[in-house]
Amino acid sequence: MDNAGLILALAGAVSAALFAGIGSAYGVGLAGRAGAGAITENPDLFSKVLILQLLPGTQGIYGLLVAFVTLSQIGLLGGGAAELTAGQGLMYLLSCLPIAVVGLISAIYQGQTSVAAIGVVTKKPDQFGKAMLFPAMVETYAILALLISILAVFSL
Amino acid sequence: MAVLHTEKIHICALKKNRKQILEELQRTGRIQIEADTDEDEIFRHMDTASASSAFEKRAANAEEALKILETYAPEKTGMLSALEGKKAISLKEYEKGVEIREQTLKDISALLAYRKNIGEARAARVRAESALESLSPWMSLDIPMNSTGTKTTAVFIGSLQGRWTEETLMPALAEVRPDLRAYSLEILGSDRDQTCIFAVTDKSSAPVLEDALRVSGFVRPSVSCSSIPAEYAEVLKAQAADAVEDERQAQEDIRALAERRPALRFAADYYRMRAEKYRVLGGILQSGHVFFINGFVPEGEGEKLKDRLERKYTCQVEIEAVSDDEEAPVLLRNNSFAEPTESVVEAFGLPKKGEIDPTAVMAFFYYFLFGLMLSDAGYGILMVILCFVAVKKFPDMEKGLQKMLRMFFFCGISTIFWGVMFGSYFGDVIPVVAETFFHREVTVPALWFAPLDDPMKLLMFSFLFGIIHLFVGLGAKGYMLARDHDWMGLFSGVICWYALLVGLILLLLPSDMFASMAGVVIVLPSWVGAAAKWVSIVSAVCIVVLSESGTKNIAARLALGAYDLYGVSGWLSDVLSYSRLLALGLATGVIGTVINTMGSMLGGSVIGFILFWVIFIVGHILNMAINLLGAYVHTNRLQFVEFFGKFYEGGGRPFRPFSAESNKYFKFKEEE
Repeated sequence: MDNAGLILALAGAVSAALFAGIGSAYGVGLAGRAGAGAITENPDLFSKVLILQLLPGTQGIYGLLVAFVTLSQIGLLGGGAAELTAGQGLMYLLSCLPIAVVGLISAIYQGQTSVAAIGVVTKKPDQFGKAMLFPAMVETYAILALLISILAVFSL
Repeated sequence: MAVLHTEKIHICALKKNRKQILEELQRTGRIQIEADTDEDEIFRHMDTASASSAFEKRAANAEEALKILETYAPEKTGMLSALEGKKAISLKEYEKGVEIREQTLKDISALLAYRKNIGEARAARVRAESALESLSPWMSLDIPMNSTGTKTTAVFIGSLQGRWTEETLMPALAEVRPDLRAYSLEILGSDRDQTCIFAVTDKSSAPVLEDALRVSGFVRPSVSCSSIPAEYAEVLKAQAADAVEDERQAQEDIRALAERRPALRFAADYYRMRAEKYRVLGGILQSGHVFFINGFVPEGEGEKLKDRLERKYTCQVEIEAVSDDEEAPVLLRNNSFAEPTESVVEAFGLPKKGEIDPTAVMAFFYYFLFGLMLSDAGYGILMVILCFVAVKKFPDMEKGLQKMLRMFFFCGISTIFWGVMFGSYFGDVIPVVAETFFHREVTVPALWFAPLDDPMKLLMFSFLFGIIHLFVGLGAKGYMLARDHDWMGLFSGVICWYALLVGLILLLLPSDMFASMAGVVIVLPSWVGAAAKWVSIVSAVCIVVLSESGTKNIAARLALGAYDLYGVSGWLSDVLSYSRLLALGLATGVIGTVINTMGSMLGGSVIGFILFWVIFIVGHILNMAINLLGAYVHTNRLQFVEFFGKFYEGGGRPFRPFSAESNKYFKFKEEE
């Protein structure tokens, strides 16, 4: 393969979007099911529950972000793919791994935490501010992973 | 930063004024009434549970009646009606509503009765229609369905299972009873499951025919009537039509009451208020002639209330400062810049006794950090316009919602500021549009720098903003300690920490590690490095030795002090947490760019132009929504965890006045 570098870099970009997206889909789905249950009890909670449901959705966006930055760095967006050695390609792949892996796992856990937070809001709607904080805590690690991925991709 | 403290108020008044006094207190809504527990021979609680629940029932009925109106005579409401808030009414309007409450109650029962009528009419119609349906196979019968015969003949009317014709049925009957002779059989009608027959024979052969039919599965019809089916069908049709008419009439009656909607709303709230009043009444002590109210009023309002009450009624009012060991309810009071973020503080917890209200300090950072995370001038302008218009257009809007919109207004201003600093207007829409449709190279210069060009720089500034934020938090702790004259705590808990952290930062800045990360080499005079080293060491020692000065055991004290020093790792993670400022800021910008790139893919043609704006609108609405959510959640987190962690615990009792606050539809106009 004469363009192994490009393939490896593309694999990195794709896996960032892929795994973080899978995680978010799972997390948002999980929280959505709990949210639908909460709405049947008290439809007035809709906006609060919706916010809690959306919280695990950000990992997918972070994955998209890293994928996009990587694609534009290796020149796949806007034509004229760059010449990459296999080593350079592997570096892109590794750079994308933090958000791919941490995004996947943290979105799943954040979804579960969101379910619990929706439970809090169902019983005590006025405690929304505190309930929201628990899923937000999980997100911190996705943000840290995003940061490392982005900084690494930018510096390559 | 202002916690508005409360003072205690005791009111003793004559029972004959009880109603007026309680209603006035509820209307003005500035006193929190505490339930008294110690009953004695003379002062007792009144049992108001049944009265309270009776009023709740009426309120629920009024709500039910409103729901009926909504079903049959829906009100036309605008999309933004949720923003309208409660209607403000004057005392006169209130009294007018109270006067007509009997009529309103009648309307409520009428509405409930109409709904019942509708239910009954629908049931009657279903009954008539299903009877009509089961009658349909018998329509060709021209004698009453319950006929059994004449003096000399026997008649069998009924159905057999399955599909039969004369050709198949007569042989079958003959097979069962070969002795069956003189009879006449008529198939009236049949469907998939059954065949309806009419058979007649003379009295003497009746048992034989009956036996033959029974063996074939003959049953009498389920609908039975003493008239001819065709006539009965007419009756049923008339019944169904009547039912339809009844339902229509009831619906019309309901619609005729639609104009009473405001009165019903008033009644719902009026009875809600009365239920609340009786609930409060159950908690206060009363003797044969007087009653006592104990409670809290915001500081400074007690005297005014005392004057007003003592002038109007025969009563004695006393105001008393809250004693030190009592946890009085608190409320917050801030200027219009900080006030909107009060809800953020309330969500975390109100200041407990001795704590300051962090709202004013927090408000600036809240707007600042929010704007930094969203950092797009386009989105900021949208937020500012939408919030401003909504707040201006709906002056009666719910207080909480209004505060929220005002908060987003300020956040929007900050977002515009950062968007201009970073040169981001709906991502990079201006260069993209210029390039795609006008084939011109336009660059929108950032006032400061574009984060995508130099993310490390923004990361370093994020940490810097974080350190400032945290130092302000530590300063707030110092302020509280100084106010309480805890000089030891101030020295070991605040000043030493400032010294230690500044020393460590000065040691870090000239290092190779920092230079490689930030890409900037900072050279400090050598004496600064030496001084920083010694300042760090001395302050670290001070923290270890002094921070647990309350502990007697020296070894335990040093161990605990060392543990406190370990808190420096907490500072590190707190500062690193501000890296989210960069990450979320980049997320907004990059996704905005992705949207614009997608939109411009079809090029400068007419279709490309249309498609561009479709993608632009949908994409940026989505991006704005998701990043607004992200900025909101993570600003809250930085405030709650990192900032409040330095000085604020919360857990104060909120001031919950006896008021008409739980009303859904109206509130009282502020009195002069």
